[in-house]
Amino acid sequence: MNLLRELTENLRELIATVGSVFIFFGRVLGQVPRALLRPSLIIKQVYNAGALSLVIIMTCGLFVGMVMALQGYDVLQRFGSEDALGSGAALALLRELGPVVTALLFAGRAGTALASEIGLMRATDQLTAMEMMAVDPIRRVVAPRFLGGVIAMPLLAIIFIAIGIFGVQLVGVQQLGVDANSFWSQMRSSVEPQDVMDGVLKGFVFGVACSLVAVFEGFTAVPTAEGVGRATTRTVVISAVMTLILDYMITAARL
Amino acid sequence: MRTKDRRVQGERRPASHTAGAPPTAREAPTDNLVEIRDVSYSAGHREIFSGLNLTIPRGRITAIMGPSGTGKTTLLRLMTGQIKPTNGVILFDGVDVSNLSRRELYDLRLRMGMLFQNGALLTDMSVFENVAFPLREHTDLPESLIRNIVLTKLQAVGLRGAAQLMPPELSGGMARRVALARSMATDPEMLIYDEPFAGLDPISMGMIVRLVRQMNYALGITSVVVSHDVEEMAILADTSYLLAGGKVVAAGTFLELKDHASEIVNQFMNGLADGPVPFHYPAPDYYEELLAGTE
Repeated sequence: MNLLRELTENLRELIATVGSVFIFFGRVLGQVPRALLRPSLIIKQVYNAGALSLVIIMTCGLFVGMVMALQGYDVLQRFGSEDALGSGAALALLRELGPVVTALLFAGRAGTALASEIGLMRATDQLTAMEMMAVDPIRRVVAPRFLGGVIAMPLLAIIFIAIGIFGVQLVGVQQLGVDANSFWSQMRSSVEPQDVMDGVLKGFVFGVACSLVAVFEGFTAVPTAEGVGRATTRTVVISAVMTLILDYMITAARL
Repeated sequence: MRTKDRRVQGERRPASHTAGAPPTAREAPTDNLVEIRDVSYSAGHREIFSGLNLTIPRGRITAIMGPSGTGKTTLLRLMTGQIKPTNGVILFDGVDVSNLSRRELYDLRLRMGMLFQNGALLTDMSVFENVAFPLREHTDLPESLIRNIVLTKLQAVGLRGAAQLMPPELSGGMARRVALARSMATDPEMLIYDEPFAGLDPISMGMIVRLVRQMNYALGITSVVVSHDVEEMAILADTSYLLAGGKVVAAGTFLELKDHASEIVNQFMNGLADGPVPFHYPAPDYYEELLAGTE
């Protein structure tokens, strides 16, 4: 009986949280038009979420590409089709690895920074002070950060994919000796514009999800050191899970 | 003044609120800027106020005092519409604060300024930008005019020289003075100070006392000071309220409170360690608990 009561309680709490997220999302979307009137605030957040994540995204993209080349070459050479390395790696990066790994890294770098920044603003009364100055913190603080994340995420995914393909080429062509002409021509012939669009679409959707989770967790954080820490952790965990679930849903819908 | 929206127009004409159609029912103006009538408030199962009555007279300094945990800050949050009472009415200039929409509440808040215990400065902006913040958000004033207003406000709190410093570079007292300058930027009718003296050295405390008086008497602002610093409030307050157990237990001038017959008032005003607010937190019998441990 206790277990049943606990389950019911947890389920009710989950439904309440999901409801709060949707209400919060509605409030953020309602403030987006006014936030767009002040592009300088959004550009600053694109810089914070995007430009400051570039080093980690590029480094990880390079190494993911290089590992893909090693693994791909090892498998493909068994069938004598090493030349397909370029097309296989490019499709995997564009359709799956690029957006998904970028979203996971984005949640870890930019998402945590967003959640902790907004959470600390809550803990130090900065958000309440804004409300007392008749400034809506959703419009002034949350909406620009949300939009910054939504814009930065697909751009980061594209950069990740480009650097990843460079990494595949570096190891596959330069080190393992795959023919450069076949590598690039097979890639060009097999990659459709639709594949590129899929990658960008996933980047955008993951950007919305990860940014929303980060700003929601920060905004609703318990205003203590422990509360902000917990919000930061939840941001990473929920973003990662959401990314993988959404990835399945988008892939299932597109294929 | 060119404004971004209608809110500041309302705020700039405090004497003629009747000119524009008020959004909500308004009572006839009285000598009191704020009236709290029979207010109850509970946080979860814990009752913080029950049947609280209190008035804040216009143009005066009103002190709200009481032992820690009596809900002084909660009262400020109720007055500013951050939370809603369970029962009762809170009137600001005749308008019921708890029945306003978000937009109406923001309109009203332009007529109030609040000084937070820690200053609550925006940490990613310089002192200058912090004071300019409400002006940039609510007006379309040219940069040269904003600069002049900000420098005037900073000069008033003695921190014009610190305009380019960042909040982490300020001492506690300086941060509160900057926050005061920021609260003054939109020329509010009422200033609310939440524990303005907490954790300050005597010099900073003296500065804040001087500023509260200056703002009140020179500009005719209504001031509400929440504090438990009895000595400072003796210098400052025109009227004092002492809260305890969710009610006002004493009200009047400082001298009236000092000579009050009530035990709790006597304990608070004279800083006695034991009394109606016990030294020991309620617990089972000491010896019984110790003996139970040995068994």
